[in-house]
Amino acid sequence: MTEAVTAAAGRTGVPKDGGSERHVPGSSVSGDDTFPKLLLRNARLRGLRPAVRKKDLGIWQTWTWEDVRDEIRDFSLGLMELGFAPGDKLAIVGANRPRLYWAMVAAQSLGGVPVPVYADSVAEEMAFVLEHAEVRFAMVEDQEQVDKLLSIADQVPLLEEIVYDEARGLRDYDHSRLHAFETVSAAGRDHRFANANAEADWMARLGKGQGCDLAVILYTSGTTGRPKGVMLSYDNLIISSENANAFDHLDETEETLAYLPLAWIGDYVFSIAQSYTAGYCVNCPESTETVLDDRREIGPTYFFAPPRVFEGLLTLIMVRMEDAGRTKKKMFDFFMEVARRSGEAILNGEPASFKDRLLYRLGEFLIYGPMKNRMGFSRLKVGYTAGEAIGPEIFRFYRALGVNLKQLYGQTEASVYIAMQPDGEIYGDTVGKPAPQVEIKIADSGEILYRGPGTFLGYYKDEAATAGTKTEDGWVHAGDAGFFTEDGHIKIIDRAKDVGRLSDGALFAPKYLENKLKFFPNIKEAVAFGDGRDMACVFINIDLTSVGSWAERNNVNYASYQELAAHPQVYEMIESHVDQVNRDLAGEPLMAGAQIHRFLILHKELDADDGELTRTQKVRRSFISERYGPLIEALYDGSTRKHVVTEVTFEDGRKGAIEADVEIRDMTIYPARGEGIREAAE
Amino acid sequence: MNVHVDTAAPAPTRSKGEVLLKIDNVSLYFGGVKAITNISFDIMKGEIRAIIGPNGAGKTSMLNVINGFYHPQVGTITWRGEVRRKMKPFEAASQGIARTFQNVALFKGMTTLDNIMSGRTLAMRRNFLWQLIRFGPALEEEIAHRRRVEEIIDFLEIEHIRKTPVGRLPYGLQKRVELGRALAMEPELLLLDEPMAGMNLEEKEDMSRFIVDVNEQFGTTIALIEHDMGVVMDLSDRVVVLDYGKKIADGAPDEVKSNQDVIDAYLGVAH
Repeated sequence: MTEAVTAAAGRTGVPKDGGSERHVPGSSVSGDDTFPKLLLRNARLRGLRPAVRKKDLGIWQTWTWEDVRDEIRDFSLGLMELGFAPGDKLAIVGANRPRLYWAMVAAQSLGGVPVPVYADSVAEEMAFVLEHAEVRFAMVEDQEQVDKLLSIADQVPLLEEIVYDEARGLRDYDHSRLHAFETVSAAGRDHRFANANAEADWMARLGKGQGCDLAVILYTSGTTGRPKGVMLSYDNLIISSENANAFDHLDETEETLAYLPLAWIGDYVFSIAQSYTAGYCVNCPESTETVLDDRREIGPTYFFAPPRVFEGLLTLIMVRMEDAGRTKKKMFDFFMEVARRSGEAILNGEPASFKDRLLYRLGEFLIYGPMKNRMGFSRLKVGYTAGEAIGPEIFRFYRALGVNLKQLYGQTEASVYIAMQPDGEIYGDTVGKPAPQVEIKIADSGEILYRGPGTFLGYYKDEAATAGTKTEDGWVHAGDAGFFTEDGHIKIIDRAKDVGRLSDGALFAPKYLENKLKFFPNIKEAVAFGDGRDMACVFINIDLTSVGSWAERNNVNYASYQELAAHPQVYEMIESHVDQVNRDLAGEPLMAGAQIHRFLILHKELDADDGELTRTQKVRRSFISERYGPLIEALYDGSTRKHVVTEVTFEDGRKGAIEADVEIRDMTIYPARGEGIREAAE
Repeated sequence: MNVHVDTAAPAPTRSKGEVLLKIDNVSLYFGGVKAITNISFDIMKGEIRAIIGPNGAGKTSMLNVINGFYHPQVGTITWRGEVRRKMKPFEAASQGIARTFQNVALFKGMTTLDNIMSGRTLAMRRNFLWQLIRFGPALEEEIAHRRRVEEIIDFLEIEHIRKTPVGRLPYGLQKRVELGRALAMEPELLLLDEPMAGMNLEEKEDMSRFIVDVNEQFGTTIALIEHDMGVVMDLSDRVVVLDYGKKIADGAPDEVKSNQDVIDAYLGVAH
């Protein structure tokens, strides 16, 4: 322990102030300050424990930490034979496969830097990243990726050697710069047999690595402009991971499923950094289509997924229950009611009635248990969701079942962890408290700034961008706006650049309002206006599936989206939703001023073909405000009806126009209540 | 793809230049109906051979002759250098000829895995009593077969439907499962009856890639019937064209494409 502490004290990049009192007991920093060193440690301490599994030909194959060490050693010796030198970059392109992960650590053991790239990115984007990162070597999954790299070879002049995992279809390719993983490993093995001190040399070379060295470059997908290469050091990743492991009490017995893109910081941290520090096992699915089945077979104890995965699972269950027999459905409804009533309380260790506890036990046996098994959550110790806001209903559903789902707030630039929810303090609408050793402050503009052990070194070859994001004393601009609640939790409201103010100075966060509205199944899309104006108003798109099925059940006839959207009963329904949102907002001191004064239901669905949404279904606010200018005017001039003509593009490219009389409704505004956020969400 | 212009020229690189199957002056009648009249052609080891022609040209009959389902009244069939006697389809199968069907012929209620496993039946040595107790040698054998089947599942990228009853699968996937079952026999000659019928463009591209991969990876000789001209011309090394049961052309895709008889047969001429 003493040794560990001194080692930690000697590190660079660890903030000396502010973090220590929040440091969780038990989070020790080991003396092994790089991933290759941790690999040797794990092989020594827990050599026979599983490190990696991959389902191959229908059977889970296991590699122990010793096996992994041997694989990585031989592959790195082989890479060395190919001419891989310290400081060289190794691009990693492909799906979650053990060999791709090993190649990353192999490169690190030689003093090189892995650069994982999004496997599905288009050729030009990939060319940009590979060229910018100056990669000389690439480790790819299969023929598809080899083809992609060969097609951009002239734009990436530095790229010399390509190693592939899957040989299929590559037999007739020119192999002068193309190598199979096996061939490279075999060359390494031969080298080891031929030279008595090859292994010792490799260990010596590996030992030269230091915590402050560059560990990995991760290119952010970059919704705007060119991707930027985030440089993270071993210290960044290892200290953050050890903190996170201690925070959730993760140890070598954990099982995780590696299914998220390799180029994403989350996967690097969950599948390498935390696995190497805690010594737990990472399971690689058989293929991207089999993730659900593989998860059920493995039963991960630690799991991460963006909200859409949880939404998708819930939908799947609800659809299946619709088709289930009557007895099953009744049982499901009854026990789900029990779970909704007291499931969360039981999970949080809060008081619940004796009868409910008994019923919950029974429900666990009959409904919750089997259901969690289907979803692969039977053994889940802790699951995280992040990336965007998760619907409170969905969040509560999982927690009520006894799944310990939590939220976190993270970024590539922070080695993931900025804020996380501690056990027992889980709220649907916050992202938790600052992660261990991380400091957070809110700028006057409302933007979140953070500083901690995971704070990145800088953007690769982009001084200007680094200076724009990271201040000299280490604070990083998160780019998101948020605030602290009374109990010290952080609440994210919107991208900082989208946050504006109403003319009376009240905070106006369009996405915050829109998300609140979109959590109602009947509302598909919402666009909020108000920056620099005297009140907040919204456009609403109804969800045709959801409202359509309501119409069917209530004998409401309609011929088109337009007709349904304009139906008075639909307006009533949406009005009640908007009213609910206003009530919620009234309970939040910062947001009460941005209650929705007026709304209208758009006469057509927002569509990417008309340029109103991006291809990833995000609202293009500025385009919409231009296109529907007259409607916005009407929202603010007090009129209750507006006649509009809108041009639309059909799927086959023809153009047409739709005409409509759009109704605008006024809403009740509630006085701001000073109460806490949680009561308001009830 | 290596395309040779003249049939007399050396075979493409993939082919070993050895004749695997030779059809000599074969005729097939159903009563008075002449399904196939006096047709001769050969299939060389390692090539992809296409049989094309308008509807009713006798393509499927030709395939049925090759796999022993129909017996031609006239002519001889030479298989691996030996003149073949009259045989039943399962005998042809045990000699290394596998096929898929124009209308998918899978066991709908069985899973993908079981369907492909059924393709291994001929290779199973233990009798059913052994299989029933599933112990010792029978178990060992089953594991070996299962491994082979899993390799095929991996090859065709159908892991996610391994345990799904095939009746529930979309048509394109069913076709792929059927190809898997044929491959499970480890055939020397694979007969594909319209492998791409009813598929959309993406499914067609996938299937084409699998056909080429099967040919390259396993060295399997393939004879296929197909309507989609683009596919045929891209995939095959040599093409034989039938019309009204007669052979009207035989050669490399380019050569066949410019053949006047073929153009007439497809576009129709005033008789």
